[in-house]
Amino acid sequence: MNRETLLNLLLLCVLLAVPVWAHAAEEPFIITLVTRALIFAIAGIGLNMALGQGGLVSLGHAMFFGLGGYSMGILASHAQTYTPLFEWPILLEGSNSMPVIWITAIAVAGLAALITGQLSLRTSGVYFIMITLAFGQMFYYFAVSWPAYGGDDGLSIYVRNEFPGLNTLDPIQFFAIVFALLIAVLMLAAAVARSPFGLALNAARQSPARVEAVGISPYRLRLLVYVLSGMITGLAGALFADLNRFVSPSMFSWQTSGEIMMFVILGGVARLCGPVVGATVFIALEHFLGGLSDYWQIYLGVLLLVIVLFARGGLVGLVAGKQQAHD
Amino acid sequence: MIEPVLSVQQINKHFGALQVSKDVSLDLLPGEIHALIGPNGAGKSTLIQQIAGELKPDSGRIMLAGHDVTQLGTAVRSRRGLARTFQISALAMEDTVLQNALLGALGASAHPYRLWGSAMKRSELRTVAEQALDRVGLADQAHTVTAQLSHGQRRQLEIAVALTLSPKAFIMDEPMAGLGTQGSSTLTGLLGTLREQAPILMVEHDMEAVFALADRISVLVYGQLLATGTVAQIRSNQAVQQAYLGTDT
Repeated sequence: MNRETLLNLLLLCVLLAVPVWAHAAEEPFIITLVTRALIFAIAGIGLNMALGQGGLVSLGHAMFFGLGGYSMGILASHAQTYTPLFEWPILLEGSNSMPVIWITAIAVAGLAALITGQLSLRTSGVYFIMITLAFGQMFYYFAVSWPAYGGDDGLSIYVRNEFPGLNTLDPIQFFAIVFALLIAVLMLAAAVARSPFGLALNAARQSPARVEAVGISPYRLRLLVYVLSGMITGLAGALFADLNRFVSPSMFSWQTSGEIMMFVILGGVARLCGPVVGATVFIALEHFLGGLSDYWQIYLGVLLLVIVLFARGGLVGLVAGKQQAHD
Repeated sequence: MIEPVLSVQQINKHFGALQVSKDVSLDLLPGEIHALIGPNGAGKSTLIQQIAGELKPDSGRIMLAGHDVTQLGTAVRSRRGLARTFQISALAMEDTVLQNALLGALGASAHPYRLWGSAMKRSELRTVAEQALDRVGLADQAHTVTAQLSHGQRRQLEIAVALTLSPKAFIMDEPMAGLGTQGSSTLTGLLGTLREQAPILMVEHDMEAVFALADRISVLVYGQLLATGTVAQIRSNQAVQQAYLGTDT
């Protein structure tokens, strides 16, 4: 077992132990804080697949986060008011079942990634950054100007959605759901990285001409990872909306895209648990420094600067060392 | 008549007012090494790019194993059996030597986009990759990170990746570029044995290697084919001597 795997296991143990302790100590706020970090981590893992393995610097991942959030918001608000989403051509009712909402969020975000990816992946470098940013902002302004679902004010859901056999309003039980999903997403990301697709994608980031010369299309590889990445970030969006029982256009904003990217860079680009570390550190700084000063993001900025300048592998790289190519 | 594996038929290509390929036709016959030579700027690399599918000719046809591939992209041509190596090594430098070779085997396999299972544990791919590395003499470097290889070893790895594709034809753009005498002679020996597997169309400036290896040589000058013939025919061709080779004094 190498150093990074040990670090990852230790991190996950701590992220599991803290809420369990908080539950025993009756500190529900701490549980919610960790749950929030894990949801951001899932969003970051989504981006990390595209950014770390595919080299796709997307500044529009808030689009998928927001679509996941609004999938939850729209389905749950219709279930709450007992009104169907639409009656023609088929009757489609709302839902307050988490699994149904997750599947919807994943499907909607995946479809959006498939459509926007086909356009944005025809560009590269700074143009790709700009086009993904533009797509994200398009969704943002659409959400702002869509009064049916709250417009600028957002959409409140009064009761957290349901999961069979669990009381989702209990913070520790909702945490357990999110933790299980985080483990599932981490396992998926690790499996994809090891797969034939992962090998080809990783090579396409380094030398697209080589990949093409062996008969594999770099465009198809990138589109596939972009869709997968969007789906995972969409799932995180649905969970985030459920955590807050509220969705608003800010989930689509470019600041959200920037924050998701920050989780990845802080923790370590292309490192499996990089976004988990990044999101945890972000939430910890927000909590502890935010209590001291309203300008806590200045310290976050300094940390980010130091990481980018001196630790290219992020915090994971700093502790576990340079990533090894392993057979 | 022997059917050519690769046939370039009356290719023309312009970049604005500059014509880089003028009515170029050449064949690659089974079992041969066909060298493409010419001065800098003659349009050799542009021709290779058109054959590989990176550039589309303005007119003319490219046939691979009897099929017209002119309108097909690089990846599809590769899957149809065209394996190329690059003038400047195009390899995944952060990956190991074995991973690079495995990439080639993956490209030639039926499921290169498969999302499950470990690529490194696919025994059928690994066998192909390891055999190719063994063939080029890099078996003992399989687990070395590619960036740590010498320039000569990178050239060998380029050929190993091409070998994993089990190609119908090799297209090699200056395989000897940047190699010293020792490296050049190692690679010359290796290329000599490859022709049994598939014919090689090779752009090369190292005339010693060309004369040692080539069965036929085509000379390209200002985008136009000046002559095609055996080594002896090309060496004695007056036009070629004037345009490119010079005369022995």
